Amino acid sequence: MKTEELIGLLATDAGPVPRRAGEWRFAVAMALGVAVALAWVAAEYGLRRDLAQVAATPAFWVKVAVPLAMAACGLAALFRLAHPGTRTGYWALGLVLPLLVWWGLAAQALGPADAATRATLVWGSTWRVCTLNVVATALPVGIALFWALKGLAPTRPAWTGTVAGGLAGAVGAVVYALHCPEMAAPFLAIWYVLGMALAAGIGGVAGARVLRW
Amino acid sequence: MEQDLSAWFAAGLDGDATAYRRSLQRLGLLLRGYFRRRLQQLPDDVEDLVQETLMAIHLQRHTYRRGEPLTAWVHAIARYKLVDLWRRRERHDALNDPLDDDLAVFAEADAEAGHTRRDLSRLLEELPATQRLAIQHTKLEGLSVRETALRTGLSESAIKVGVHRGLKALARQWKGQS
Repeated sequence: MKTEELIGLLATDAGPVPRRAGEWRFAVAMALGVAVALAWVAAEYGLRRDLAQVAATPAFWVKVAVPLAMAACGLAALFRLAHPGTRTGYWALGLVLPLLVWWGLAAQALGPADAATRATLVWGSTWRVCTLNVVATALPVGIALFWALKGLAPTRPAWTGTVAGGLAGAVGAVVYALHCPEMAAPFLAIWYVLGMALAAGIGGVAGARVLRW
Repeated sequence: MEQDLSAWFAAGLDGDATAYRRSLQRLGLLLRGYFRRRLQQLPDDVEDLVQETLMAIHLQRHTYRRGEPLTAWVHAIARYKLVDLWRRRERHDALNDPLDDDLAVFAEADAEAGHTRRDLSRLLEELPATQRLAIQHTKLEGLSVRETALRTGLSESAIKVGVHRGLKALARQWKGQS
């Protein structure tokens, strides 16, 4: 087929193109992903019984606000990555910078503590399951985001997958926090961060394979 | 020139087939110039890549945000397709192109179409009947959607959907072949 013929063929499919296709796809993906993640945590782990009381404490908000800020910046970065020729700017940095809050608070808590207290702050009582539970909760969000990206045009597949994975990990951390009883900053700064990093890594590997077009 | 192109392309997004065809023709010339300069070692791949990129531009046009520069969007897609080809040919070294900015695609038009290696017409034969008929009638015989609908007994919207899905399927097959 000559290029001129191909152009003629493409022109017959001109059709009105929906505006804001990207916004729609991401909105649907986030809504579905979060809904499934919530259902997973409620059914598999169970919500905290003291959620109503604890939700009013600053410690809980530090636990939730950091991954929420990461998720907001990650979504902005991912939206740009999914649209060719749009610069990501500093949004991707926002996927990491909020962690400084956790790490700062963790250092502050660990500094004056004695060895026994340090161990409690770091290991908590659920360190064995925490990281993988964050990843498992992130999974439906990540799958939904990949679905959204498959309908858009990321020109850097591996990097886009990494950001999508990190975003899913941050959302997973927020949702998992509704179950998780740990409140110590050092615990979050290690095990939650590990879970989010793992999600980002999985996203990167999957992105390089799946997000080509 | 660029303003014309952006205006035609934008009109195409709103459903103006004539303007859309014009914008694709202009983009085809620019892409040919861009790829020919960068594929001097692989001259036989130029026309295939022009077609693949035009197809990608068409199928991804919902990711172009109206009001943003068309140059940056087209360049990002063209560059992605070029890097993808290099990756397939395992020529990572060839990417050292420091002068490549957003306007690189718009530097030089080239009207001299080369030969294509991959034959899109043959790929057509593997599509489901509705999609194949829709594409064959509108392309090969130059019929309008309405005429095609009359001739095949299918509805106009079925023809449109057939062309659209067929193009997507073609792009996939095309990719699998290379």
